[in-house]
Amino acid sequence: MKSCLVVDDSRVVRKVARKILEELGFACTEAEDGRQAMDACAAHMPDAVLLDWNMPVMTGIEFLRRLRKMTGGQGPKVIFCTTENDLAHIQEALSAGANEYIMKPFDSEIIQTKFQQVGLL
Amino acid sequence: MKVEDFDMFSVMLKQRSGLVLTKDKAYLLESRLMPVARKWNLKDLEELAGVIRTRKDEAVIKDVTEAMTTNESSFFRDQKPFDQFKAVVLPHLLQARAAKKHIRIWSAACSSGQEPYSLLMLMAEEGVKLAGWRIEIIATDISSEMVAKAKAGIYTQFEVQRGLPITHLVKYFKQVGDKWQINEDLRSKIQFREFNLLTDMAPLGQFDVIFCRNVLIYFDQPTKGKVLDNMAKLLPPDGVLYLGGAETVLGVTEKFKPMEGQRGLYVLTGAPARVAV
Ligand SMILES: C[S@@+](CC[C@H](N)C(=O)[O-])C[C@H]1O[C@@H](n2cnc3c(N)ncnc32)[C@H](O)[C@@H]1O
Repeated sequence: MKSCLVVDDSRVVRKVARKILEELGFACTEAEDGRQAMDACAAHMPDAVLLDWNMPVMTGIEFLRRLRKMTGGQGPKVIFCTTENDLAHIQEALSAGANEYIMKPFDSEIIQTKFQQVGLL
Repeated sequence: MKVEDFDMFSVMLKQRSGLVLTKDKAYLLESRLMPVARKWNLKDLEELAGVIRTRKDEAVIKDVTEAMTTNESSFFRDQKPFDQFKAVVLPHLLQARAAKKHIRIWSAACSSGQEPYSLLMLMAEEGVKLAGWRIEIIATDISSEMVAKAKAGIYTQFEVQRGLPITHLVKYFKQVGDKWQINEDLRSKIQFREFNLLTDMAPLGQFDVIFCRNVLIYFDQPTKGKVLDNMAKLLPPDGVLYLGGAETVLGVTEKFKPMEGQRGLYVLTGAPARVAV
């Protein structure tokens, strides 16, 4: 079973995303901010990270930059999932090493096609 | 709705667009034609039916026909057909058409344009291989509203997230307010036109590939057969026909047969079942 770390400071978003991902066959863990996500990845590198941008303590983009420098940190497919929906943010995410990008609001179909596109489904 | 009104609408729709409307779909008439009735200042479908019966107003009939089409589409819909295009169809054409360096493709029920634009982006990604080639994409639909939307190439955030890789969005679109518009240089490469599949196709010319996806499902068997027989006349011996995932030529026409090993792709009967690559 493939693993996905869901990183979002909103409990509701984490719950919704988790439900969709579990239906797609992922084993999910959750983190509330970039710092928690770093710890989770240090303990166990997931196959995928669904990543919010704006979070307290450490933002998604900062987490991503650090993740890509960690040992094994090139491995996970990182899919942003954020209300930031302008070209500049998307480009910044891609150059920081994001594999896909979801603009909120999302539904299960969007999550599914994005995970297909990064080759996890 | 009165039985005679339902019958009038269904006979008219069948004749105009091929749409088969069964009694269990009567609710569709209600929900889709009420806006048309309102637009023409008519109280309800009964009045709308009356106007069509007595005045035979072409503009009203056209509105009704268009309102009853289902225009659901998405970028790289089903993905596989586009993978096949890249892996099988395009390599064959690059070899077989090397002398004239000209390929003509028809997206025969293009709806809001995602299908032809997906093809265009796919070919743009192939880049150098197509340098010096003339690629013509003719994209048609019966609905003038859809053709206009396709031409404008403007999509909602929701639409650009269905099937479109983010790298393509960045590369081929620009952001306009809360919408996304496909770049001008791509838009100008497609010829969009209104065209009814039930009419004479000969004026469209010859094609190397025809995409006719997710439209025959709305027609009855004889209409499907007629459309496919006419399409067969537009293809050279090594031409390729694409149908949607729920569509087939089997039991519908003798002119086409499935391409070996390539689900959803069809070749002319008599042509080799495999294309040379
Ligand atoms: C479900 S969409 C398919 C769009 C696209 N080919 C795809 O697979 O995503 C069907 C389209 O067929 C068009 N259509 C229906 N009847 C037609 C006809 N008689 N001639 C041309 N187009 C027709 C509709 O207007 C609609 O846009």
